[in-house]
Amino acid sequence: MNQLLPLPVVVPLLGAALTLILVNRPRLQRAVSVVALGTNLVVAVLLLVRAHRDGPVVTEVGGWPAPVGIVLVADQLAALMLVVSSAVTLCVLVYSIGQGRAETSESAPVSIYHPTYLVLTAGICNAFLAGDLFNLFVGFEILLAASFVLITLGGTEARLRTGSTYVVVGILSSMIFLAGVGLVYAATGTLNLAQLAGRLDALPDGVRLALQLMLLLAFGIKAAVFPLSAWLPDSYPTAPAPVTAVFAGLLTKVGVYAIIRTETLLFPGGQVANLLMVVAGLTMVVGVLGAVAQSDMKRLFSFTLVSHIGYMIFGVALSTTAALSGAIFYVVHHITIQTTLFLVAGLVEERAGSTDLRRLGGLARVTPLLAVLFFVPAMNLAGIPPFSGFLGKVGLLQAGVAQGGPLPWVLVVAGTATSLLTLYAASRVWNIAFWRAPQLATAEPVTRLPGLMVGATTALVVLGLALTVAAGPLFQVTADAATDLRLRTPYVRAVLPGGPP
Amino acid sequence: MRDGGVGPTLVLVIAVGVLTATGVTLLLERSLTRILLGVILFGNGVNLLILVGGRSGGAPVVGAGPDEEMSDPLPQAMVLTAIVITFGLTAFLAAVAYRSWYLGGDDEVQDDVEDQQIVALAARNEVANADLGGEGPGDDPEQVDPEPPQRPRRSGGTR
Repeated sequence: MNQLLPLPVVVPLLGAALTLILVNRPRLQRAVSVVALGTNLVVAVLLLVRAHRDGPVVTEVGGWPAPVGIVLVADQLAALMLVVSSAVTLCVLVYSIGQGRAETSESAPVSIYHPTYLVLTAGICNAFLAGDLFNLFVGFEILLAASFVLITLGGTEARLRTGSTYVVVGILSSMIFLAGVGLVYAATGTLNLAQLAGRLDALPDGVRLALQLMLLLAFGIKAAVFPLSAWLPDSYPTAPAPVTAVFAGLLTKVGVYAIIRTETLLFPGGQVANLLMVVAGLTMVVGVLGAVAQSDMKRLFSFTLVSHIGYMIFGVALSTTAALSGAIFYVVHHITIQTTLFLVAGLVEERAGSTDLRRLGGLARVTPLLAVLFFVPAMNLAGIPPFSGFLGKVGLLQAGVAQGGPLPWVLVVAGTATSLLTLYAASRVWNIAFWRAPQLATAEPVTRLPGLMVGATTALVVLGLALTVAAGPLFQVTADAATDLRLRTPYVRAVLPGGPP
Repeated sequence: MRDGGVGPTLVLVIAVGVLTATGVTLLLERSLTRILLGVILFGNGVNLLILVGGRSGGAPVVGAGPDEEMSDPLPQAMVLTAIVITFGLTAFLAAVAYRSWYLGGDDEVQDDVEDQQIVALAARNEVANADLGGEGPGDDPEQVDPEPPQRPRRSGGTR
């Protein structure tokens, strides 16, 4: 079973090499990509089952024992992230294949798309599984380099304009991360996360706080937490729809994952809890106010993306078991829903020629199926009761109320207001684009939407609904994961069975 | 590099500081070429910082000398990886700068669309209003008169 652990990194990389060779054979290229990501999903599910039953799965990659060699670790949090990200990347891949086959728009992916996409997946998986800080950095770099290529795909003027901002911000954040890694090593003499857990505790408070803030800054840029989030709504919307969808769903969540991991394993004790709470509240409110003011679907969803990162940071800031459990559940929910919404925006663009609300109307009458595909995840995002968005928010808000105190209460109020404003923004899109008299931005004759695109989007909508139905068992897994995170010992003991040297 | 003392030499620390400071200053520029130079300087500063973090000494090969006089090999390994990564990112940024110059005639990072729209609105002294368009059933004959629809439009299937 432990031999399975490197597969989520190795298989996509191997697939990337194969698809690069097969550039001139598109059918085979697509088949290889789908098989690689399908394998990933199966492996991820097996790892989650194993991690849930028997505790963290650990592999020493080079055969050297833990503090010296590099380890890959899949505890419940990492395995859960792996499952969701594999499912989402697979669906988005199928969607992009459908888009490529239809060849109806200029935004159809070019042949370099498949290798790059697989490298991106490998980077994401590596970041989730990394058992030491430098490997986490390498994972970030793999996904970042791939994302640079994807966001400037085709090299048009608009994509370069937004892409250059994204590239510079990405490079800056990795430099800060790298400097943080160097300083952590200088202070402790190790980068193994399990060993760091003990050694960082022994450091003087000031040094520890400085290291923590440095890493938080780097991850905060990647996760698009409020003062560091301005790059996101500008750079995401111009990329091709599947690229935007996978970026929105996964890249920021990798940052959130890194924050959860470092805040619980390396720097517990809540030294920066108040700072995180203030930042979380501002992220929610500022993000959703931005969404309310937008007139383009993709930009609007980019702002809700930023806004809802705040909920997860709120959970990390509270750092009780219930709050962490809620935050992890919210990450899972948000990856699925946000990706779905961007895919739907892509379908709207495909069908109506634009995502600009000022040029759209009456889509519900023109394409009822598309209207359903938009309505369900939009209401889910806004947190309407039966859906998983509601359950995640309730979990977090309950944890906030249980904590008590002025700041958590302010955050609970801000969270509720954000939820309502998200509902307002979502229903505004619904009213303007899907009701009213039909008005499309394209004069082209009506064609059927490609079946694969609709199928992949439907699959993600269904996955979002499944999160609601399976919320009970899922909350059990996240609660277990949160307990393990709070205890720290399961992780440390799995990596260093003989105790830290 | 150091005379068996407890910390790194001052020269290296100052070099890290100078490289990082100049790098950050250049990063604040608008032109992508200057940003590129800034990234290079900043990246080298950070790489040097990692190197400074480890113990210096003789070659870290077993048998080459007493164990306690060996340098720490781990930062050196990390720096090699980091140099490769920085090099790759720099190359990509150079490509973006070139492409940007090729397409637009200069390599300045422009204001984003939102900023431009807000500036234009402010110049005309208007308020943004996204919720345009005919609301209400009066504008929409089909909404008042729910006749059975002819055929669903999306089943046309003409390519």
